[in-house]
Amino acid sequence: MPLDATPARNGTIAEVNDLSVRFVTRDRDVLVVDGVSFTLAAGEVLCLLGESGSGKTVTMRSLLRLLPPSARIGGRIDVAGHDVTAMSDRQLERLRGPVAAMVFQEPMTAFDPVFTIGTQIAETIVSHEGISYRAARARALELLELVQIPSAARRLDAYPHELSGGLRQRAMIALALSCRPALLLADEPTTALDATVQIQILLLLRQLQRDLGMATIFVTHDIGVACEVADRVAVMYGGRFVETGPIDQVIAQPAHPYTVGLLNSTVHEISRGAPLVPIPGGPPDLADMPPGCSFAPRCSAKSTRCDEIRPVLAPISAGRAVACHHPTLAGAKP
Amino acid sequence: MSTSTTGLAALPPAVRKVARPPGRSFWMRLGRHLLRDRVAIVCLVILLAIALSAIFAPWLVPADPYKTSMLRRLLPPGERGYLLGTDELGRDMLTRLLYGGRVSLSMGLAPVVLATLIGGALGIIAGYFGRQVNMLIMRVIDVFYAFPSVLLAVAMAGVLGAGIMNSLISLTLVFIPPIARVAESVTTQVRNQDFVEAARATGAGSWRIIVEHMLANVTGPILTYASSLVSVSIIIASGLSFLGLGARPPIADWGLMLNTLRQAVYVAPLNAVLPGVMIFLTSVSFNLLSDSLRTAMDVRA
Repeated sequence: MPLDATPARNGTIAEVNDLSVRFVTRDRDVLVVDGVSFTLAAGEVLCLLGESGSGKTVTMRSLLRLLPPSARIGGRIDVAGHDVTAMSDRQLERLRGPVAAMVFQEPMTAFDPVFTIGTQIAETIVSHEGISYRAARARALELLELVQIPSAARRLDAYPHELSGGLRQRAMIALALSCRPALLLADEPTTALDATVQIQILLLLRQLQRDLGMATIFVTHDIGVACEVADRVAVMYGGRFVETGPIDQVIAQPAHPYTVGLLNSTVHEISRGAPLVPIPGGPPDLADMPPGCSFAPRCSAKSTRCDEIRPVLAPISAGRAVACHHPTLAGAKP
Repeated sequence: MSTSTTGLAALPPAVRKVARPPGRSFWMRLGRHLLRDRVAIVCLVILLAIALSAIFAPWLVPADPYKTSMLRRLLPPGERGYLLGTDELGRDMLTRLLYGGRVSLSMGLAPVVLATLIGGALGIIAGYFGRQVNMLIMRVIDVFYAFPSVLLAVAMAGVLGAGIMNSLISLTLVFIPPIARVAESVTTQVRNQDFVEAARATGAGSWRIIVEHMLANVTGPILTYASSLVSVSIIIASGLSFLGLGARPPIADWGLMLNTLRQAVYVAPLNAVLPGVMIFLTSVSFNLLSDSLRTAMDVRA
């Protein structure tokens, strides 16, 4: 019995409520994701933006429960109406692929080196849909054409090491799309690629997402990438959402000092000739978080309140929310 | 759902050809690499000759390997129609050498094949599941590993008693620990690679990951290692026979022949050395072949 992959009545494909993920080992207990909530409508693209260790990848992987055994998940995760946190292993296997699929960061290592691309895609289709290998192979070919791999018929019999990075990432996308997921998770899919290939892959993903009407969660540390693909953006810092909102509004008028810092440290056309401004300090130690705002030690606008009381994510305007005592957005006081 | 059902039917015939299974599999590649290696070919030919002559011995040499004659003891090679002479009981050396190949080859291969199946399975299970399962399996293996292989084989054969079956069992037990270790370490390496995670992300369960991805990535290294054990197995088996713990007297076995001809080494040195030459030739061929296999197995080579 395949799992139902249709969105819930109100059109949401994923709903995450107060998600927390901690990694528990014998001598360490680290809270990596803390109180993250969001909903994703069918066909929407959400971008999780943040630096290394901000919890964006863990948040995304929680949707598939694709985490190491030391992870403890709290809160509620609904994907296509199924409670992921309560699923058995068997149910998870049917969730991964047909309902939600994932594109990995490293196309170099995400394929098994001893099987051809075609075999790996076809085997996945066979195992989920129980169709014949021949039919699955024919569909693998269609998929390679869909992701615009040139001479797809020949590439079907290619081993992963025979393809270039860009082609391999396209093949990876084809593999993720092989069971027609309603939700696509992309974990920095362009980070390992050349700059020229990056934009091609982004445009492809955006186009596929629109054509197939897939909801997509995009994880990246690159604001440029976020602008290119996202409808909405959620900025993460220290395992929490610090700012959420429509991408154009957030870029035009960032409300959280961290978002401002991220934008100031990125290259854009207007900044030509001007020196980039880095955010002072380093990312917080997740095992030893400050009691107040986790960004306070690096923040230029901090007050004593920031060190004592943790700001909560509060709406500032339609569709936008920020977790800050002193949002920089003019006229907005939480 | 629409693309899969309509998609296949709508495919033009030219595209349908692609649906044929791929023509250049891993094994075909391996074969091509091996055939380009001159040493490998020579070794293959020697081993094939020994194996075929052992299998078809009754038709190749008409003499009875067990027929003794006090009148024709220790004849030098070539005399009175005996191509390789006779042994200390007047039996035809050539016949006995060919028949002996049956025992030696099966004693080389059977324990290694058995140990690869058992040890490989244990190692893959230990490596894949890790933690307590790994602890349990690998620590038991370590106990066996603590003894030198020859000593373990001798002790085991001594306990079980002489005989071909018993030395086969003891040799299998000797080879399980090293193979399990190799399998375990390779599996642990492969398990932590991204593609296993990626397979899981497409909904593959533990069983599918083990049977497809683990097995395919782990067989290469295990087979290469196992092939290097064949020569060791032949030598230890011959050693057991030589010590009287393996094949028992009337049976033709290279190790046993070496032992019984020992007293005759000053009278008929050539005859006495022949079984040793066979052991040497076979094990060296297996060793070199295993080296070539190792080179050819490298997928990216």
